Amino acid sequence: MSTTRLAWAAGLAILIVLPFITPTYFLHLLIQILIWAFIYTAWSLMGRFGFVSFGHGAFMGIGAYVPALLWSYWNVTPWLGIPLGVVLSGLLAIIIGYPCFRRRVIGHYFALVTLALSQVVLLSLIAAREITGGSLGFTQRAVGYSWYALQFPEKSYFYAIAVLLWLFGLAVWRRIDRGIGREALEAISEDEEAAASVGIDVLREKMRVTVISAALTALGGAVYGQYVMYLNPETVSGIAVSLQIVFAAIAGGVYSLFGPSVGALLTLSLTEGLRVWFGANFVGAANTIYGILLVLCIIFMPQGIVGTLQRPKGSSARRDIAWNWRKG
Amino acid sequence: MLSLAAVSAGYGSFQALFDVSLEVAQGEAVGIIGPNGAGKTTLMRVISGLIPMREGAMTLEGRSVGGLPAHRMVEAGIAHVPENRRLFPRLSVEENLRIGAFIPQARAHFAERLDWVFSLFPRLEERRGQLAGTLSGGEQQMCAIARALMSKPKVLLMDEPSAGLAPLVVQQVFDLVHKIRAEGLTVLIVEQNVQQVLEVVDRAYLLEVGAIKLAGSSAELKDNSFIRQSYMGL
Amino acid sequence: MDIYLLEAVINGILLGGVLALLALGLNLIFGVVDVIWIAYADIVMCAMYAIYFLYTGLSVPLPLAFLIAIIGAASLGVLVHLLIIAPVLNSAPLNQLLATGGLLFFLQSFATLLFGTDFRNIGVRLPVLEFATIYVSFARLIAFAVGLIGAIALYGFLKWTYLGIAIRALAQDRDIVGLMGVDPRRIYLVVSAIGGGLAGLAACLLALQYDVHPFIGNTFGPVIFMICVLGGLGNMIGGFVASFIISQIIAIGGYYSSTELSYVLAFTFFIVLMFIRPRGLFAR
Ligand SMILES: Nc1ncnc2c1ncn2[C@@H]1O[C@H](COP(=O)(O)OP(=O)(O)OP(=O)(O)O)[C@@H](O)[C@H]1O
Ligand SMILES: [Mg+2]
Repeated sequence: MSTTRLAWAAGLAILIVLPFITPTYFLHLLIQILIWAFIYTAWSLMGRFGFVSFGHGAFMGIGAYVPALLWSYWNVTPWLGIPLGVVLSGLLAIIIGYPCFRRRVIGHYFALVTLALSQVVLLSLIAAREITGGSLGFTQRAVGYSWYALQFPEKSYFYAIAVLLWLFGLAVWRRIDRGIGREALEAISEDEEAAASVGIDVLREKMRVTVISAALTALGGAVYGQYVMYLNPETVSGIAVSLQIVFAAIAGGVYSLFGPSVGALLTLSLTEGLRVWFGANFVGAANTIYGILLVLCIIFMPQGIVGTLQRPKGSSARRDIAWNWRKG
Repeated sequence: MLSLAAVSAGYGSFQALFDVSLEVAQGEAVGIIGPNGAGKTTLMRVISGLIPMREGAMTLEGRSVGGLPAHRMVEAGIAHVPENRRLFPRLSVEENLRIGAFIPQARAHFAERLDWVFSLFPRLEERRGQLAGTLSGGEQQMCAIARALMSKPKVLLMDEPSAGLAPLVVQQVFDLVHKIRAEGLTVLIVEQNVQQVLEVVDRAYLLEVGAIKLAGSSAELKDNSFIRQSYMGL
Repeated sequence: MDIYLLEAVINGILLGGVLALLALGLNLIFGVVDVIWIAYADIVMCAMYAIYFLYTGLSVPLPLAFLIAIIGAASLGVLVHLLIIAPVLNSAPLNQLLATGGLLFFLQSFATLLFGTDFRNIGVRLPVLEFATIYVSFARLIAFAVGLIGAIALYGFLKWTYLGIAIRALAQDRDIVGLMGVDPRRIYLVVSAIGGGLAGLAACLLALQYDVHPFIGNTFGPVIFMICVLGGLGNMIGGFVASFIISQIIAIGGYYSSTELSYVLAFTFFIVLMFIRPRGLFAR
């Protein structure tokens, strides 16, 4: 127990010291890693129970665009815009999730319905090109240092925000992991009828993780949007982002607290490292290697990196990524 | 014709067959009886190559065939009517028969084989265009046997052909064994219906918990008090 | 009816032909191998590049370039099966999906690396035909005809050949086809080759109408998945019909609003229909 405490303290200390000793470039990378780690953690809240969503690009897109557009065109502070985006995402999650669970849209079908959702958001953003700039993207109206606009030219502010965000994500993960909800959901993902017969409100538990997962993803998208200032539909929504989220979360491992974060750390430093290595002359080289590594990872480490290193407590048996994933 | 020597097999860490040896001569009909879960189906699957054997040897006409995958076993001359028939439900009767003749040597004689199985099962000819999944249980069993015969096998394996059929149809199925043998086929048949199967086979083996417990001619087994008590309810 | 609307409807039918080809290929693979190739549309992209470079770079006559592209795509299909699908054949379905998702990243980035992100067009301009004041692009007419012929040919193959019956049998009961003398691994290869070949054929038709770029797969890949699901995964006739429903929504929607919104409409239609019929319109 005390060793875990010690590890936490040491980890936090490192996180606090880091911004003072790292060059700006690494700080930038670190902020991105933390924000994505938060989003991947949010995804894994659903993914670990077998609800494999390819639609989180939709939530991220809404979370990023709603406050950005409100601020840039109507001068609405992100302090209002961000909650609005989060609530809208939550609502969308209910609109999609409820009928899916009610009608037992599972497995491949669930994956493809959610994929369609992320396409809907992506294409709507592109179609609204009058205000979003379409596939060219748009840059938020910048006002320099401002708490009102949540804009900070200094990276250290966003670093602090990203750390807090990430810790918040871990706390939520832990809460769901420790709560009764988890046992309910594991029961559901193994045998839904049996779970229902012992009095678990199957639908409610599913809706709960779904809404939390979507809302947190939107929050992550919002912070991402505030940080990078430039938004492009393809980088915050659509099939590519959705796949990226699923991949990184699963590569890290969805059954342990730090799994998705490790996924973010590894995939982002890998792509960034490869990008630097290849320079600007070989556009695509980094992602080419990334793609190969992904395939190899899926073939040889189906449990994810953290999952492969550390089997989850209390189960010696091999755990497949998605229990709830019956073939449709 | 077919011989197994000390064959072991199983699923994952579970061993279902222990040192099973058996012998089937050319033209013979041999039965395998035993309680539920004894490993009869497993034995059939090993012989037809659906699951690999772990130890032991298997020969067909003196040639070693141990370890061949199922599709090679068919080419070697073994046809298997699986437990529960396992027809392709959304293929027509005729298509089921056609796929039974998938191997090249059978394809060449498709038309004559088809005539022959239709002469054995006139019923199937009437129903040739119907989806196999919509046949009655008895018709499905006929179709499953016919499908296996289409590959022009030397040895026919049948796994509980009488399961779930009305007594009259069961009798038809067993009568069939005579007709098939008349064509020179060798038959290995798994049955729960001990009394009736002993009427059609020459010899039989008793399999219990994955091992051969007893073997003998039909006449001997019919008189065996253990068999009479435990398997014939007499 | 408004003459332009009629034109949109006709062009929608013609677009449906290409989508139908792709849906057939994807459905065939899913029905038999039980894996969704997320990267299926990217195989089309590869074949389009092959056509582009053969025709404009090496001055290969167009029909020959088409043929080479189809054969190349079929070989790519086989390669994808051997290298990526076969190793995960017994893994969790999600892993299978992700393995082909990794392939999507790979193919798109590799194409970017090799060819850059420029839009390229083979520059063949087929005439626009006029039927009593309705204009129909000849390229789309060809696409429709080829799509239809391809579908009929595939139907005939599956219906009347030994290999075709074996493919259908395997889709229905993969555990026992071995007892029929069918080697499942061989069937998987055949199906992957056919699926790849259909992607190549679709690439020929698309190359006549659209520019190729590394991410072209993202624009119509999701549409094909949607069509397959709508028709009932693995149900080829259902997928064929769904192709024409979706292409109509896209064409008519595009007539009344923008292209993107017509896709939004199609995807929304799809989501709502899934709630009404969770296993697709034509689920068995
Ligand atoms: N696919 C499988 N995976 C794991 N174990 C299996 C499998 N098939 C059979 N078994 C086990 O192997 C043993 C033998 O089964 P088998 O089906 O061969 O019995 P059987 O004699 O055919 O029984 P029955 O008369 O009920 O058909 C049983 O304990 C069974 O549970
Ligand atoms: Mg049995």
